[in-house]
Amino acid sequence: MIKKIVSILIAILATSALLVGVKDFPNWADPNQPASVHVSPRYIEKTVEETGVPNIVTAVLADYRGYDTMFETAVIFTAGVAVMMLLRRPYKK
Amino acid sequence: MISRWEDIIIETISRFLVPFMQTYSLYVLAHGHGSPGGGFQGGCIFAASFVLLIIAYDIFEAKKRFSEKINGVFCALGVFIYAGIGWLCLLLGGNFLDYGKLSKILPTDPIMARYYGMAGIETGVQITVMAIMVSIFLDLVTAGRHEEAMEEEDVGSDSK
Repeated sequence: MIKKIVSILIAILATSALLVGVKDFPNWADPNQPASVHVSPRYIEKTVEETGVPNIVTAVLADYRGYDTMFETAVIFTAGVAVMMLLRRPYKK
Repeated sequence: MISRWEDIIIETISRFLVPFMQTYSLYVLAHGHGSPGGGFQGGCIFAASFVLLIIAYDIFEAKKRFSEKINGVFCALGVFIYAGIGWLCLLLGGNFLDYGKLSKILPTDPIMARYYGMAGIETGVQITVMAIMVSIFLDLVTAGRHEEAMEEEDVGSDSK
């Protein structure tokens, strides 16, 4: 019982701490928010002339952030190998 | 263990559907530059065609078309292609994954070399995602013992 009360109190505290931070967010769809003025304009303006790819998403994924995507692929590979190691054990009859 | 449940309509339709799915997955891969798509999505569609084969037929019929060893090699081959293109750029005097330097060995200018470099790495992603999806599906559906079950008796071919 005391565990439940403590965990509910912790949940309420954590939620209110997060809610305090919400009022510092930029407004919804604000064109001057930091995420929109930092590197996005450069990608939008320069993608075609720098990479020759008409799709900005592909250019960011495979070129500007290619290192990230390489390890994303490595993570998928590791997950598959982990499933192989867990399930393909020598079977005892 | 998946045993075969014969139904001529399901088998014919899925046999007919598989090449279209694979062609569509290659379309998704090749048009990843101009439209939504790319290696991850295309690889999943390609793996879905193999999953359809396994569901409509059985594992023994499906494994005649792609062996498990080759599938395991493909798992690593995709990552190797991706990292290999990165190292190739390094060897040609650029940074890691700096596809512009590929213009020294490709007959294009540096801008289009970036385009083809991206096509190459997306192909690597597609191969890895396809092989891993098929491998995980095979492992989960047979609890990892399909090689052994195939040796001890052909469960699936009895019902023919």
